[in-house]
Amino acid sequence: MNTSTAHAPAHSTASAHGADHGHHEHHEPGFWQKYIFSTDHKVIGIQYAVTSLLFLLFGFLLMMAMRWQLAYPGKPIPVIGHALQAALGDDMANNGVMQADLYNVFGAMHGTIMVFLAIVPILFGAFGNYVTPLQIGAPDMAFPRLNMASYHLYFLGGIVMLASFFIPGGAAKSGWTSYSPLATINDPVHVINGQTLWLIGMVLLITSSLLGAVNFITTIIQMRAKGMTWMRLPFFVWAQFVTAFLLLLAFPPLEAAGIMQLVDNLLKTSFFLPSGLVVNGQQLAVSGGGSPLLWQHLFWFLAHPEVYVLILPAMGIVSEVIANNTRKPLWGYKSLVYATLSIGFLAFIVWAHHMYLTGMGTRISTFFQTTTMMISIPSVIILTALFISLWGGSIRFNTPMLFALAFLPMFGIGGLTGLPLGFNASDIILHDSYYVIAHFHYVVAPGTIFGVFAGLYFWYPKATGRMMNETLGKIHFAGSLLFMNMIFAPMFIQGLHGMSRRMYDGGSTYFGSGVGLDQHILNLNISITHAAAGLGFFQLFFIFNFFSSLVWGKRVTSDNPWQATTLDWQTPTPPPHGNFTTEPVAFRGPYEYSVPGAKTDFTPQNQAG
Amino acid sequence: MEIPYTVKPRPDTGLYNAKVGIWLFLASEVMLFGALFSSYILLRVGAPDGFWPDVSTGWPHGLLNIPIGTFNTAVLIASSVTVVMAWAALKAGNFAKFKGFMIFTVICAFSFLGIKSYEYNEKFTHYVVRMKDGTAVTGHFDHEFLHGFLDKANTRRDQKNAGLREANAKAKQEGKAPKELLSHLSNRFLTLEKFGEENVESVKMLVDVPSAFRYPVGMKPPAVGDGSKGSEHGEHAEPGGHFEKEVKLADVQSIAAFIPSTATFFAIYFTMTALHGLHVLGGALVLGYFAFFGRKMWHQEPERLTNRVEVAGLFWHFVDLVWIFLFPVVYLL
Ligand code: HEM
Ligand SMILES: [Cu+2]
Repeated sequence: MNTSTAHAPAHSTASAHGADHGHHEHHEPGFWQKYIFSTDHKVIGIQYAVTSLLFLLFGFLLMMAMRWQLAYPGKPIPVIGHALQAALGDDMANNGVMQADLYNVFGAMHGTIMVFLAIVPILFGAFGNYVTPLQIGAPDMAFPRLNMASYHLYFLGGIVMLASFFIPGGAAKSGWTSYSPLATINDPVHVINGQTLWLIGMVLLITSSLLGAVNFITTIIQMRAKGMTWMRLPFFVWAQFVTAFLLLLAFPPLEAAGIMQLVDNLLKTSFFLPSGLVVNGQQLAVSGGGSPLLWQHLFWFLAHPEVYVLILPAMGIVSEVIANNTRKPLWGYKSLVYATLSIGFLAFIVWAHHMYLTGMGTRISTFFQTTTMMISIPSVIILTALFISLWGGSIRFNTPMLFALAFLPMFGIGGLTGLPLGFNASDIILHDSYYVIAHFHYVVAPGTIFGVFAGLYFWYPKATGRMMNETLGKIHFAGSLLFMNMIFAPMFIQGLHGMSRRMYDGGSTYFGSGVGLDQHILNLNISITHAAAGLGFFQLFFIFNFFSSLVWGKRVTSDNPWQATTLDWQTPTPPPHGNFTTEPVAFRGPYEYSVPGAKTDFTPQNQAG
Repeated sequence: MEIPYTVKPRPDTGLYNAKVGIWLFLASEVMLFGALFSSYILLRVGAPDGFWPDVSTGWPHGLLNIPIGTFNTAVLIASSVTVVMAWAALKAGNFAKFKGFMIFTVICAFSFLGIKSYEYNEKFTHYVVRMKDGTAVTGHFDHEFLHGFLDKANTRRDQKNAGLREANAKAKQEGKAPKELLSHLSNRFLTLEKFGEENVESVKMLVDVPSAFRYPVGMKPPAVGDGSKGSEHGEHAEPGGHFEKEVKLADVQSIAAFIPSTATFFAIYFTMTALHGLHVLGGALVLGYFAFFGRKMWHQEPERLTNRVEVAGLFWHFVDLVWIFLFPVVYLL
């Protein structure tokens, strides 16, 4: 087993591939074949990465415009205000001032884009696609053409969502949750309205995710290399595996709900419209007899598992980075795996904790409160195991590791502040306030997004053959950490003082009417908006670093620059079509770092003996 | 580069890739239809008290055509049997036999869809007429009356359209936007407004006679029309039959066909059966593709074709299974 000595052949392949990409036996595929209609999981992974990062930026820019309105209600939005008026009309941005409708549109689309077009695709589509087959020692996904179809459907779904901004009446404006009846009645003027396109877009995105999930699970079950037993899988793969099951089983009910809402909107049925619904003082001319709560149940049956889709892969990334940079095995690998599996199971029976205020009755509330407390246990296990993994390690503080380290307390804050939302007594007060916004953003913004950055800095050299700049990376990290907290920590305070979410003037109407809330709570809106601008500014370092490193980044001198153990690093750089030059075989577990008696402080999985 | 286990099973799992894939896909399909069935239960349990059609939102019972539904169930079950026999024929190496069984399967599939469209059309031409006094009747329009009405209405529309076309031609020369032409009416989807447009004063209906099945034992059938004539309660008509009635439009609140917007029951009935129908169509196209274009692959990679047929067959069984749940739930219960 000569190939298993990871870096011996590496020098040659790394440099050889710099000049000569895609070195394989078939004739060189053309541009379309190679970059647009590729079936190579790595190209598809990169397609997902680029597209979803653009959506992440777009979702952030929507929020910047909203933040301006929150801080300075009624003042024209600088720079883009008049462009918005020209593009979207006076109803949306009169004189460059964000109107209530536009705030609703941007709010709903910020949530939708961030969740379904940015975070899930980057975690699952990009990292999952690029890294999973490499880590299990597979030549590609089990169904490469299906993989391509997944990306194309995702892309199409994104186009539909973007197009919806420009149709008469504007994009969806009933929140990312699209609660009925609001979602059905709020634009009666236009038959095909933003909500219609939102639903069509969602059906495309859901189909894409379902195909992806089938593909990932099949790949992990069927394509593991020789010797790659279940308990030798890197934790990242486990996280992807459970994520895929969540998508597979939780999305279809939302697809069903989406179809029903579409039928409600287009064929005037009443799946979600109760009898006797009065809109603008007139009884709605529909048959009635439907149930608004049905929508909420179906929506949250997806949307709770979805939050684990947003976090588990990030935990997977962070675990890989932590093991690699502490030069120690992960502490409690097996408990991590079992905890993840328990989350995967419990995630399906907690959804109604989003519905405590609907008057479900105390018994049902109690049931969901109990399961919610139960699911916090495996989450705490994972976080604890990762913290303990740091203990006694000789930690390398490179950029990926800094992001991974920051992930832990940030996710910790997000998770712990979720507990009061899980108890129905306290949730009754906190529900729909900025406390909720702060809570879940701690999970998905400084949590998941830091996981994403950790992963991007970590696997960038594998995908490109060049390192990203460390200094720029550290500046990016420091600025992001500071401003993320300056954005989201004050929102807890605002929420505890009773500030509601989804208010287009940031609540100034309420504050102004003398209900007894302090002016300084309102003023926090201004500092938060400044911090959001600061966050945006520090992302410029990342964007610059990302592109400039393609050209000027330090070339890797080895295929395994981080001296990692998992199979993804035992490939040429970047890995060719088919990934491995010789068939990989796993002889050991994924994290054999600092094994006493070994020659180096890492023993790759494919090293025999 | 070769993807492993596309044809031969992986030794430790005993499965080839597509088989794992299809089972996972079916799991997600179970969740899809599971959500719809759950919605059905929730909507039905939550339906307001009272009986359709008197209470517009009550849950209509027994409005579907059970004999036809039963026949369609048999058609689909037969196709599920033949799809297995087609696969077995391939396993035995007999392509001609495979083709025969597969074509039979596809014929069953399209018969199912044809029969279903007939049923849909039945519903689109069946009406509920709600009176201003809160009562309601269901039934069809009298054949002669309807054709008289349609002829008159469509002739008028043709005349109007001729005028509109002329005006539009002129408008085009002057660069103005053309006006939309009127479309023809048919016996489907008629409404009170459409009768109103033609200045009809009353409509002649064949009112359904409430049968014992429609109104469970012990339940009084809803009053029909003005309720004054005993004969209208079915003394002269067989249950399931009809009696004639002239309905004055001045007394009518609304006229609606049995379409999704008319009642939540129809909404979920049409949604579920249409989604199922799409699955039947998709499955039939794939199976038909194997039957008619499978020969080439049969000669090159027989095992691969056999696997594909097996996987498509699993899907087909699933589609069948969904119907076996749908039929009792929407037709019988
Ligand atoms: C990093 C920068 C981000 C900032 C500054 C930000 C800020 C906000 C704010 C202030 C709101 C509340 C708006 C309102 O209620 O009026 C909000 C809503 C929301 N955000 Fe973010 N967010 C960010 C990133 C993300 C990410 C990464 C995700 C998702 C994965 C996300 C998902 C959502 C969702 C789902 C909502 C709820 C939308 C609704 O009310 O329907 N956000 N965000
Ligand atoms: Cu939840």
